[in-house]
Amino acid sequence: MTAGRRWPFHVAASDPETSVLLAMTVRELELDLDAFEGPFDLLLTLVLREELPLVGVDVAGIVLAFVERLAEREELDLDACGEFLVLVAALLELKARGLLAGEADLEDLEPGEAAEELARRLEEYRRIKGAAEWLAERLASERDRFFRLGPAPLAPRGERRLAEQDPAALAALLQALVAEPPEVSLAHLELRFPPVSRFLEQFRAVLGRRARFDFDHEVGGLTRVEQAVAFLALLELRRAGEIRLEQAAPFAPIRVSREVVDEEVSWNARSA
Amino acid sequence: MERPLRLIQANPLDSLARAIEALLVVASQPLSVGALVEACGDEAERIETALGLLGERYREGRSGIVLEQVAGGWAFRASRDAAEACGRLFERPVERNLSQAALETLAVVAYLGPCSRPDIARWRGVAVDSVVAGLVERGLIAEAGRGDLGAVRYRVTPLFERVFGLESLAALPRLDDFGGDADELRGRLESLAERRPA
Repeated sequence: MTAGRRWPFHVAASDPETSVLLAMTVRELELDLDAFEGPFDLLLTLVLREELPLVGVDVAGIVLAFVERLAEREELDLDACGEFLVLVAALLELKARGLLAGEADLEDLEPGEAAEELARRLEEYRRIKGAAEWLAERLASERDRFFRLGPAPLAPRGERRLAEQDPAALAALLQALVAEPPEVSLAHLELRFPPVSRFLEQFRAVLGRRARFDFDHEVGGLTRVEQAVAFLALLELRRAGEIRLEQAAPFAPIRVSREVVDEEVSWNARSA
Repeated sequence: MERPLRLIQANPLDSLARAIEALLVVASQPLSVGALVEACGDEAERIETALGLLGERYREGRSGIVLEQVAGGWAFRASRDAAEACGRLFERPVERNLSQAALETLAVVAYLGPCSRPDIARWRGVAVDSVVAGLVERGLIAEAGRGDLGAVRYRVTPLFERVFGLESLAALPRLDDFGGDADELRGRLESLAERRPA
């Protein structure tokens, strides 16, 4: 609008009937916008229920529709215009808040700066909306273009280029592959059991020299397998009544002493 | 003895044109001149000349198949004359029922992409998650890396260019050209004021 231009509308007389009629036209104002078609009242209801995103509503179009409606009449009703201004201002505020939602930095702006920022955003949105309309028109004009749709073709396999190779080095590598691997030793897995008779003789010899001995002391330094066999020999001697075993407590040293017998006890080593 | 059908008789580019024709029939998306050069093992200039010959052969009104330059390459499509028959047999799922929100989101991504969902939401003033997901599913936009803050960014795809019949994104009108309706609105208000009796 040119600066300084004034609306040449006449101010209406305070006729109650006219006021009611115009007040009705504010709410029943028929709108034909891109985002909405119907009465202004319904638009307000849908916006307040958040069923219609206000960002897509052209508020300027509403103003234009109202002004066009007023232009059809001979007189201007200030009450109706006032009500319309209040409603449109509320709509604009809602739209502005929606556009600026989540922009913390904008809260620090002065009102004038915020208004400029809002105007800039609205202009940006107007351009995007225009671009979307162009796309819609383009789509309609291209509706009769049919083409084949399919997945992207397989990418050609890249050629693997090998560097120059030395045949002798290749042969050496192949020879290393076909060579028999060294036999793996399982010696550490074998269990060698000494004969029980060896320990029978050992323990009898010890008891021939001394009346008693300490089992742990005698078998200290032997392997666990040898210690186990020695213990079996100890049990055999005890079974034959040749020795007496004492142990003060569980896991305490085992004391072995000679049993005093009246008759010679024979022991068959093969029964071990 | 039956003579072989020759596409372009007595033309030295006959063989090359036939190879290009075959490649375009097999391709499911537009082939660039570079791709044709690589596939045919020929010079770009000769490829473009052969494409010109094929374009004359497969032009609207002359053949049911039309050769068009679209989405950065060359592709065959059905002629517009056959659209009705094609429409009875084939659907167009990509562009069917594109909403206003989807078109606005496409516009943002096409003009300002690659951009993230928060970027798009800032332009449109509403959440765009479901709209973006729908456009990705249709194949009109695709992920294009991540922004500084880690948000996934999107760009339009060659399919977008093909659906909208664009040779490239450069064929889109300038975004600034869409800002003129404010002046138009102002003009309408002024004309209304002038129509009113003083």
